[in-house]
Amino acid sequence: MKVTHRETPLAHRPGAAPEERTLRVAVRADRRNPGVPFDLDSVLALRVNRSAVERRAATLPTRRTVKKEWQAAWLLRAITCLDLTTLQGDDTPGTVQRLCAKARRPVREDLLRALGGADLDVTVAAVCVYHALVPAALQALEGTDIPVAAVSTGFPAGLSPFAERLREIQASLAAGAREIDVVITRAHVLTGEWEALYDEVRAFREACGDALLKVILATGELATLTNVARASRVAMMAGADFIKTSTGKEPVNATLPVGVVMTRAIRTYHEETGWSVGFKPAGGIRTARTALDWLILMKEELGDRWLRATLFRIGASTLLTDIERQLEHFATGRYSAAYRHPMV
Amino acid sequence: MERSQATIAAIFETMDYGPAPESEAPALEWITRHGGEFGHFIGGRSVRSAGGELFDTVNPATARPLARVSQGNAADIDAAVAAARAAFSAWAALPGHARARYLYALAREVQKHSRLLAVLETLDNGKPIRETRDLDVPLVARHFYHHAGWAQLRDAEFPGYGPVGVVGQIIPWNFPLLMVAWKVAPALAAGNTVVLKPAEFTPLTALLFAEIAAEAGLPAGVLNVVTGDGETGKLLVAHPDVDKIAFTGSTEVGRAIRRATAGTGKKLTLELGGKSPFLVFDDADLDSVVEGVVDAIWFNQGQVCCAGSRLLVQEGCAGRLVPKLRARMEKLRVGSPLDKAVDMGAIVAPVQLERIRTLVDKGVAEGATMWQPSWACPTEGYFYPPTLFTDVSPAATVAQVEIFGPVLVTMTFRTPAEAVALANNTPYGLAASVWTENINLALDVAPQLKAGVVWVNCTNLFDAASGFGGYRESGFGREGGREGMWEYLKPEWDRGRGTGDGYVAATAPHELRGAATRPPSPVPLPPINRTYKLFIGGKQVRPDQGYARPVRSPDGRLLAEVAEGNRKDIRNAVEAAHAARDWARGQGGHHRAQILYYIAENLSRRAAEFAGILDAMTGCAEKAAAAEVAATVARLFTYAAWADKYDGAVHHVPIRGVTLAMNEPVGVLGIAAPEEAPLLGLVSLMAPAIAVGNAVVAIPSEAHPLAATEFYSVLETSDLPAGVVNLVTGAKDALSRVLAEHDDVEGVWYFGGAAGATAVEEASAANMKRTWVATRPRDWSDPRQGEGREFLRHATEVKNIWIPYGE
Repeated sequence: MKVTHRETPLAHRPGAAPEERTLRVAVRADRRNPGVPFDLDSVLALRVNRSAVERRAATLPTRRTVKKEWQAAWLLRAITCLDLTTLQGDDTPGTVQRLCAKARRPVREDLLRALGGADLDVTVAAVCVYHALVPAALQALEGTDIPVAAVSTGFPAGLSPFAERLREIQASLAAGAREIDVVITRAHVLTGEWEALYDEVRAFREACGDALLKVILATGELATLTNVARASRVAMMAGADFIKTSTGKEPVNATLPVGVVMTRAIRTYHEETGWSVGFKPAGGIRTARTALDWLILMKEELGDRWLRATLFRIGASTLLTDIERQLEHFATGRYSAAYRHPMV
Repeated sequence: MERSQATIAAIFETMDYGPAPESEAPALEWITRHGGEFGHFIGGRSVRSAGGELFDTVNPATARPLARVSQGNAADIDAAVAAARAAFSAWAALPGHARARYLYALAREVQKHSRLLAVLETLDNGKPIRETRDLDVPLVARHFYHHAGWAQLRDAEFPGYGPVGVVGQIIPWNFPLLMVAWKVAPALAAGNTVVLKPAEFTPLTALLFAEIAAEAGLPAGVLNVVTGDGETGKLLVAHPDVDKIAFTGSTEVGRAIRRATAGTGKKLTLELGGKSPFLVFDDADLDSVVEGVVDAIWFNQGQVCCAGSRLLVQEGCAGRLVPKLRARMEKLRVGSPLDKAVDMGAIVAPVQLERIRTLVDKGVAEGATMWQPSWACPTEGYFYPPTLFTDVSPAATVAQVEIFGPVLVTMTFRTPAEAVALANNTPYGLAASVWTENINLALDVAPQLKAGVVWVNCTNLFDAASGFGGYRESGFGREGGREGMWEYLKPEWDRGRGTGDGYVAATAPHELRGAATRPPSPVPLPPINRTYKLFIGGKQVRPDQGYARPVRSPDGRLLAEVAEGNRKDIRNAVEAAHAARDWARGQGGHHRAQILYYIAENLSRRAAEFAGILDAMTGCAEKAAAAEVAATVARLFTYAAWADKYDGAVHHVPIRGVTLAMNEPVGVLGIAAPEEAPLLGLVSLMAPAIAVGNAVVAIPSEAHPLAATEFYSVLETSDLPAGVVNLVTGAKDALSRVLAEHDDVEGVWYFGGAAGATAVEEASAANMKRTWVATRPRDWSDPRQGEGREFLRHATEVKNIWIPYGE
């Protein structure tokens, strides 16, 4: 892709792992998408042909596949892009602790050794919880550099008072969260109030300070793919570090057609501004096969730089178990069972 | 697993794609089971070639031979045609439901053996397993399912029609198995039996299919496969006991087949080459356009007759599109076609690879900018990278010639009108793609494109329910849907082939005459001299040369003299018709109906006069003459009735969208009217042509032209726009030939003698215009023979417009 790279893509440099680890914790200020001034024309100029996008989404997984060693390696990579998540009303410090233990050691040591991945430092990208559980997560992750992400701004509907939503971000930061997953006001999208959406996300970004801002579009509630493209564009213009598909609470979660539209929006934004924005599909991603599809989407539509946690996250929880089963199958040749892997 | 350990760590960093091979073992085993050698499939079993000659079929991805197959010779073709003939009557006599069960079984069997068929196809052809697995084989099964339905419904939906007989089918190497389905399914559904000649490069899946069909219980002889090269195909085309030829392949071979079958009475459908345009307007979803281009020209290595090989981009967005396209090309993967993660496999054969290279070199030499991705193709086997030409002018060789490879040329346009002009600036007319988010624009442009298939915001979509086939030199006839079924049916009253000769000997070649012999006048005054001219462009005009042709009564009396039209008169008439050719566009059928009713009304007022003329010319007796005039008036009513009722269809294809099958006028139609029924015959052909919006150049009955020449004034007083009907009297065969040779005439109907019919079919090959010749006289007064959908079908082309929707 002939585009202006503002920086050397770290992902391409062999042995970049240690540096990447620090980047994963907090994106350096000079790398972050600072946003650009609101430009309504660039929003309205976006065109999305739904049938063509669906065709692309349907054929992506049939055009590309990875097998054997490649599949195992890609699945390990998928784990490193995982925002291991629990967002249940009945979450307790205990369940979060269990989740965090899994975040530290997502794959059984023996299995990792068998795959020759013992030195790869395979941990998840982040742990994602509600605000109230940030302290429990931080405690459980102590001694690691795995960041805690808090969903915020009136998650999942985002309809609490605006000032409250900003205070929620501040509270989570104060509690130690280093990544904030915010939700947008869907009504701004559905009524075409693009500047209002811009202002909202801009305010979230300012409230986030140095913390990573992931903007959840809740695409399942945006009605059309054109709206998804426009909302993506506005969120990026307003300074999103990541754009994210879903809260996991909408009736329709992350779908590949939505992913195609959002990754293309990221690509166009990158081509036009030079800034790289990350992508996070979330909700309904439960199988290793699906995770691979999303990796393929990233590689095909955006390129290898977007195959790292710096620019790609998957929001999921039970996905990890399925990946472990597939890895064990590769290592042993036998189909695995969930009970063989420590539960999430 | 030891071996892999280091690799996983490395791949974890590089995140490369690895190999993902599909096993070739089951397909190779099938070949081995046959000892690596194949005979023909005749009469339900494998038969060694009478000549014993074998040739290699090669895996293009490795350049290594796969198997040896038989070179079909005359004895083989004889045996296959005899087997098909022997099987015909029983097969045709089966109830539709029985044939439906067979076709249903074929669909099921294809699904059962889907992977074997897919792998074998990939081995023999070189196309990616993804395509054979996800497109070719599912479409094959779908075709048989769909046509099982037509077998079931044939009697109800095509009353008065029956099978053609023994059908010879010759298919190409680019979709070896899919073309088997496209050819065999409708043929069998209609009740025909088949001799199929697969392509020399790719015969294996047809043989496997024949085996599967036999195992499924298809009666022996219903489907016969004879392998071989072009010579084998020629023998099949020339075989006297074949009733129809269906061919898919190059325009060059199609032309040869048209000439070879001229005058034989064999029904013919041709699906030929293309240089299909891919139009991108500046409001299109450009990222989706890029994927559309991938599907258009890098599908099957670009070896697709309907490949979107000319990318026409609105100037304002070309600067954005081309970099996107190059970035996408960089990500395409070319490699072993058995790898499940490649986009492009191998080119079918060295000769084809060489052709691509030569044409690309020529494109560069002619000054276009050529771009290919940075990566390299495999060196073993026949591979060619995706290639993009920019800065191409319409005059460039690469913009005009069908390359049949992964080579795209790009041109720009400014306006929709210019886009249409560029798109149609080709002798071909197979398919087109239109990309815009503006439905007004899409639906305005689609009907203006000379193409049998138009894909709106999509490309290369196929389905058994939708007709596929071309305009112009892309051939004629449709495959798929109801329109495809007609190609394998013929009217029951018209059984047999080429037996009649309706040509009634006309007067001797024109005599130069003064005003010498005149019929004796009953009145004391001499009659006012009557001059019959030609009717061109809405005016009565003198012929180019001042010759007249005598018209005599059966007892030899000179009735009158009509103008002796010549080739220049035909030329002028065609010019006039062209000026009027879009007369019906944007006008509803109601408008055309009113004109036809008005013609009927005006004719009716002069019924007695016309009856007198007919009687005088043919001696048919007053009563019969009056009946002919009355029937003519009724026929005009028939087509006035049809004018707003010959509807297209919305096909049920498996997409969220509509596929509109639009009946479009052929354009400028040449019509040579029959000698029998000089008035009714002429009007029976002219009226349906007008009813659907054609412009017509007609040659009236040579022996009895006076009804036509008197008809000028009927037309003049009936609000018919100038040029819609042009009438040129004279020597029918000579004038018909001029029409058939005229490249700006899109169809010719010839009703007359065998020699004239042959000449018309032969001459039509130059621009592959549609022809309809009939040498067997019809009973024009019988509505089953003289009017109806058969005529309307010949007067139209079906254009299928695919419109996926959804916001």
